[in-house]
Amino acid sequence: MNIPSNLKYTKTDEWFDPATGAMGLTDYAQGQLSDIVFVEIVTSVGEQTAPGKAIASVESVKAAAETYASASGKVVAVNEELSGNPEILNTDPYGKGWMVKVDGGENSALMDSGAYSKYCEERAH
Amino acid sequence: MTYIPHSPAEREAMLATIGVKSLQDLFKDIPARHRYPKLDLPPALTEMEAAAELGDLSAGNENIASDLVSFLGAGAYNHYIPSAVDHILRRGEFYTAYTPYQPEISQGTLQAIFEYQSLICALTGMEVSNASHYDGATAVAEAANMAYAQFRGKRTKVVISPTVHPQYRETMRTYVQGMNLDLCGDDPQADLNAGPEMLETLIDENTALVIVQYPDFFGRLYDFNKLIELAHARGALVCVAANPIALALFKTPGEMGADIVVGEGQPLGIPLSYGGPYLGFFTTRKQFIHKMAGRLVGETLDSRGQRAFVLTLTAREQHIKRERAISNICSNQGLMALAAAVYLSLLGRNGLRQVADLCFQKAHYAAEMVNKIPGYSTCFEAPFFNEFSVCCPKPVSKINDHLLDHGILGGYDLGQDYPALKDHMLIAVTEMNSKEEIDALVAVMTEVSHA
Amino acid sequence: MPEPTIYELSSPGRTGVTFPNTDVPKSNLPEFLLRKELPLPELAEVDVVRHYVNLSKYNYSVDGGFYPLGSCTMKYNPKINEDTARLPGFTFTHPLQPIETVQGNLALMYTLQDWLQEISGFAAVTLQPAAGAHGELTGVLIMRAYHKDRGDAKRVKMLIPDSAHGTNPASSAMSSLEVVQVPSDGRGNIDLEALKAACDDTTVGLMLTNPNTLGLFDEHLEQAIRIVHDCGGLVYGDGANLNALLGILRPCDAGFDVMHYNLHKTFSTPHGGGGPGSGPVGVTEKLADFLPGPLVAIVEESTEDEPALYGFFNPKKTIGRVKAFHGHFGMMVRAYTYIAMHGPDGLRQISENAVLNANYIKARLQGSYKIPFDRTCMHEFVAEGQWADAPGIRALDIAKRLMDYNFHPPTNYFPLIVHEALMIEPTETENKETLDAFVEALMKIAEEAKVTPDLLREAPHKTPFGRMDEVKAARDLVLCCWLPEDYGKE
Repeated sequence: MNIPSNLKYTKTDEWFDPATGAMGLTDYAQGQLSDIVFVEIVTSVGEQTAPGKAIASVESVKAAAETYASASGKVVAVNEELSGNPEILNTDPYGKGWMVKVDGGENSALMDSGAYSKYCEERAH
Repeated sequence: MTYIPHSPAEREAMLATIGVKSLQDLFKDIPARHRYPKLDLPPALTEMEAAAELGDLSAGNENIASDLVSFLGAGAYNHYIPSAVDHILRRGEFYTAYTPYQPEISQGTLQAIFEYQSLICALTGMEVSNASHYDGATAVAEAANMAYAQFRGKRTKVVISPTVHPQYRETMRTYVQGMNLDLCGDDPQADLNAGPEMLETLIDENTALVIVQYPDFFGRLYDFNKLIELAHARGALVCVAANPIALALFKTPGEMGADIVVGEGQPLGIPLSYGGPYLGFFTTRKQFIHKMAGRLVGETLDSRGQRAFVLTLTAREQHIKRERAISNICSNQGLMALAAAVYLSLLGRNGLRQVADLCFQKAHYAAEMVNKIPGYSTCFEAPFFNEFSVCCPKPVSKINDHLLDHGILGGYDLGQDYPALKDHMLIAVTEMNSKEEIDALVAVMTEVSHA
Repeated sequence: MPEPTIYELSSPGRTGVTFPNTDVPKSNLPEFLLRKELPLPELAEVDVVRHYVNLSKYNYSVDGGFYPLGSCTMKYNPKINEDTARLPGFTFTHPLQPIETVQGNLALMYTLQDWLQEISGFAAVTLQPAAGAHGELTGVLIMRAYHKDRGDAKRVKMLIPDSAHGTNPASSAMSSLEVVQVPSDGRGNIDLEALKAACDDTTVGLMLTNPNTLGLFDEHLEQAIRIVHDCGGLVYGDGANLNALLGILRPCDAGFDVMHYNLHKTFSTPHGGGGPGSGPVGVTEKLADFLPGPLVAIVEESTEDEPALYGFFNPKKTIGRVKAFHGHFGMMVRAYTYIAMHGPDGLRQISENAVLNANYIKARLQGSYKIPFDRTCMHEFVAEGQWADAPGIRALDIAKRLMDYNFHPPTNYFPLIVHEALMIEPTETENKETLDAFVEALMKIAEEAKVTPDLLREAPHKTPFGRMDEVKAARDLVLCCWLPEDYGKE
C-alpha cells in the first residue's frame, strides 16, 4: 500500500498535497474500488469547495463512490485527462490521478501518512 | 391445484431434518393474533376449470381479431405480428430465464439484448440504446431524469410540447412532483396549429430538456432540425419520442440532432393486450452514456477467448449506487425487447419499409375519403404518417357508438384532452386495414352525418 | 462456439416476412422528410428462427433447472398462464376501447384488485405500476402526497434498513427524499433503539422488507411499526418476500400502510430474462385517495336483468398515473389464473412449503457453511461464502463452481451486511431430490475449496462460456453490433 509521506489524508480516503493544493483518492481507495471505468469531476474552476463536499463521482466495474474534498479552498484546476482515461486512478492515484487543485487549501482534521497507515491497518478485516 | 411436489412423507422427513415437529413450528415468529388469516377467496380450481373461467372472461370482450375492425391508435397500434415471434417468445429458455447477472449461463438473453440495442440504434439513428424501460411514457420521464443528472441539478426546467401524448404528459407530471423540476409547455389550450417553433420562447438558460413527439399525438410529422439547433444554442438537451414504424420511412431524430430518442416499442411485434406489457425504448449519444439509466449489454471476451456479452457499466444502477442512482429501475421489459428484436429481424429493412409504406398509403387514402364526406374535414395541414385528425359534424362519442353497431372501433376522441378539439377524432390506419374496411368506415361515418 | 450476431447472418435481398401489395391509390411520401438508409439486417425466416433457437441453448432457465436466487422467487412458471394470457379475447383488445366492449378485462382487473387486497389486508389496490421498483416509486410518492395534503411540509426523510434492496433508497431519492439508514441488530432485526432515535417530525416513514433480505421475520415487527406511527410516519412494505406470508400473515394486519406486490415473484409470472414484471400497490383506507388513477370500479351496480358494469375512476387526490394505459394486463391475466387455481388453501401451502424448503437446506448446510443468523428462517436464508481454511476463496468462486454442477448460483453479495453473502431461496416448487442434490453439490464444493481450490477459482469449466472480462467490457465499450461504413445504404 502506497502512502506517500509528503501528503495528508482524510478518514474517507482522500489525499491532499499542501505544496500544490492538489487532491484525489488514495491507493487504498482505488484498491477497494478495483478497476475504475468512469470518473466525473463534479466541481468546477471557480467554485468554493470544502471537506464533505463531493469533488468527483467514481465508478468501477463493481462499485461506485464519491470522492470528497480533502481541504477547503477555491478550485483553480480540474484534471481533464481523467474522463478519457479513468484507469489512471488505479495506476497513479497520487500523480497523474490528481482530481482537483485548490487555492489556499485548509483542513486541520487531516492525518499524516503515519496516522493514515495505522488507520488503514485497523480497518482491514 | 398447486405446483408443490412434496408428499406428506417427504414433508415429515424434512421436518425431522430441520428438527421441528410440524410446519406450524416454523412460523412462531409471526405475531400470534395475526397468524393464519382466513382469506376470503374462491376455492381452488383445477387447470381445466381455470382455462374455462379465463375463456369466459375473454369472451366477455369484443376484440379486434374476431369482432371489430379497428381504426383506434393513440399510442397503441394493431400491427401484424408474424407467427415466428411468439414461437420464439414461448421458448422456456427465454421466458423463464432471469436477468442475466451470471453471464456464463445467460448468453442467450445477453446476445439477444445486444442485438436489440443495435437494431434500435439503427432505427433511431442514435449511438447507444439501453435494454429498455417500461413503456414510452416512462421512457420520456427517464429522459427528464437523465437531463437533470447531466446538468447536476443546475438546470431545473423541462419544456414539453402539448402535442406529446396526453398520458405521457400526465406520467411526467406524476414523476416531476417528486423531483426538483418545473414542467412547462404542458398546456392543452396552446395553439395546436403552431409547429414545434411555438416552444422556442419557453427554452432558456435554465432548460435542461425539451420534449417533442414524432409523429406527434395528432399524427403530424415535423423536421425538428431548427428546434434542436435553437435548444442546443441555449444549452438544453432535446428528447424526441418516436413511433418506431414511422422511423422505417422518415428522417431519424438522430439525424435531426436529438440527444435522446425514446418511444413506445409496442408496434414492433407486441400484442395490444389491453395496454401492457409494452416496451419503452431509450437511446442516446455516447457522451451521455453514464447518465443513462437502465441495463446495458456490452461485448467482451470470456476466459477462453470467445466473443461474449455481459451487463456492463452496472455501477450506474440502483443495486450499486442506491440513493445516488439516477433511476430506481431494476426489472425492465426483457421479453418484450426480445419480441421487438425478433420482429425487426424477421421483417428486416424490406419488410419494415413495406409495413410503414402500407400504413402511410392506407391512412392517406382514408384521409382523402373522409375529407370528401360532407360535414367532415381533416383538420391539420402538416404531413402525417398513419394517423390523422378529423373535424366531425357530431360528437365523436355519437359517431363511435354508431360505428360500434357496425362492428367498427372508431378513432380517439380528442376533445377529452384538448378543449379546442371538441368533436375531433384521431383516426389510425395500419397494414391490417383493407381498402374494403376503410370504405366501410367512410360509409358509416357518412350515415351518421345524415342521422 | 459462439453464435454469430443477427447482422453477421444477414445477407442482402432476404426477407423473413412479406406483406400484401397496397390495395389503395398511391399517395406521395413527403420528399423532404425521407430517410435515406435503413441499416436493418436481411434474413429469411429459417435463419431468424435458427438464430434464436441457437441462442436459447445458451440460457439457463427455470424450465431447465433449479434457480435458488434469494429475493427473486424463481418458482415454476405454470404453462396454463401462458395460454390464458394469450387468449385472443385478451390480446386483441385495445387499451382505449369503450368500457362496454371490454367488460371481461375490467372484471378480471377488478377481481384481481380485490384478491390482492384480500391477500394482504389492504383497502385498495392499483394494478398500474409496471414492476416492483415502479411500485416502490408509486408508494413513496403516495406517502409524500399524504403528508403534504395534511400540510405537513417538514417531513423529508425516509428511514431505510441497511439490509434493504437498492431500489428502496433509489425510489426515495427519485422523490427528493433524504435517505437515513437504520442498522440491524445482532439477530437480524431492525435495531429498535436506532429506529426510535431516527424517528421524529421530519420522518416521512420507514421502508421495511419483511421477512427481510436475510430471510428473517422481524421479531419486533409490530413494535417497529408502532415506533414509526407514533412519530407520525407511515410504513412502506417492500413485498418482494411475500412468498413467505401468503395465508400466514396479512401485512396490513401487522400495521403496514402501503405495500407493493411483485407479480413476477410471488404470483408466478415469468421473469422473461429481465422483465416484464408487474408491481401493483396496496394501501390502507387513509391512503386510498392518493392511488394512481385510473382504478377499476363498478360504475353501475347489477340489476335483475343486467350484470354490473365495470369502469374506471380516478381517486380524489390521485398522485396521477405512473405510466400510460392500465398496467401490465398480460401479467395480470397470469396472476389471476394462478390465484384462481390455488385458492386460499393453496396460497397458504405455497408459503408453508417455501419456508419448509428453505429451512431444510439451511439445516443440511449447517457445519459446511457459516450461517450468520442462527434462527428459523423464512422462505430464504443467507450463508457466508468463505472459510478461514480456504484462503482466497470467495462467494463468487462458489457461485461459478455451482454452474459445473448444473445449478444456477444463489444471489451473490446481497444483502450488503453479510460478507461474501450467498442468499438461497429454493421456492415451494422444487422437489426433495433437487434440494438434496443442491445441498450435496454445495458440500462437495466446500470440500473442493480446501483441497483443490483452483477448481473453484477457475470455474466454470463445463459451461459453454467461461468467466467474462468485465473490465474490458466497461473500458472498451462496444454496445452495438459492428457494421461496415456503408451498411444499409441504397
